[in-house]
Amino acid sequence: MKSPPQSKVLSAPYVLEYTYRRSVGPVVGRFLSALQEGKILGGRTASGKVVVPPTEYDPETSDPVTDLVEVGTSGVVTSWSWAAAPRANQPLDRPFAWALIKLDGADTAMLHAVDAGDIGNMSSGMRVCARFAAERSGNIRDIACFEPETSGKGAS
Amino acid sequence: MSEPVKGIKSPVRLEYTVSAGRALSRFLAALTEARLLAGRCSVCRKVYIPLRSVCPTCAAPMSEELTIADTGTVTTFCIVNVPFEGQTMKLPYVYASVLLDGADLPILHLIQIPAEEARMGLRVKAEWVPPAERRPTLESIRWFTPTGEPDAPFDTFKEHL
Repeated sequence: MKSPPQSKVLSAPYVLEYTYRRSVGPVVGRFLSALQEGKILGGRTASGKVVVPPTEYDPETSDPVTDLVEVGTSGVVTSWSWAAAPRANQPLDRPFAWALIKLDGADTAMLHAVDAGDIGNMSSGMRVCARFAAERSGNIRDIACFEPETSGKGAS
Repeated sequence: MSEPVKGIKSPVRLEYTVSAGRALSRFLAALTEARLLAGRCSVCRKVYIPLRSVCPTCAAPMSEELTIADTGTVTTFCIVNVPFEGQTMKLPYVYASVLLDGADLPILHLIQIPAEEARMGLRVKAEWVPPAERRPTLESIRWFTPTGEPDAPFDTFKEHL
């Protein structure tokens, strides 16, 4: 309890929690199912672009997206922000980068964490590859994080 | 491929540290001594409980602090029939606005009475938990119980609903 001397102002923890479970729909459902198998899917739109993660509707024509294609598990960081003090339940328990990552074969970037170790290892344009979680449940966290691509790791 | 994923857990959790502020802290601390601390507005003279530093109507400071009685009148009430997580009372139970004697604003608390006997005007008294169990929370009052007095006439509390 934080209390300045004499005034004795009381404080207490207060937790507000909603234990939602939400349906993901057929398209994101297939994307999450593929993650369980270590694959990343994108949705091909009418103009031939590949959107990752796939959206249920084509952002340009609003037509349903039905053509899901596999993209690479490596890609390029297009922008990023350093999380110096990770909070509970974030993907990593040590400083990391939130990054927009354009996977090989994709036309859009997706948000995920990059385990770069140090802010000095981050740069836009760097290549990263997915590190899949040992136990997967059909969730975006089936990708534990991305990590800088080095020889011997990641996509060929 | 196994059965496609249909849903995900997506909890929202916000962890706050709430500060009670100086006036409410004193109200809460007084509860550990089985005292109900109120304040009288320096302009409208209304007595507010819990104690606050400024009148919400006049924006004027309180001119006086007073300990008010732990007896009062049920103004309005609700019979709870719906179970929810963390519930400690057996359904159905009565949750009511209690206008404490001398106060101009009711507080909310449990009433220990069969639901079908709940009514406006019911006279009640606080049942405090034993001193060793008292904490700076309104749970230091276990509930209010009927005093057995005749019901208060509606006109005596109609301005305080």
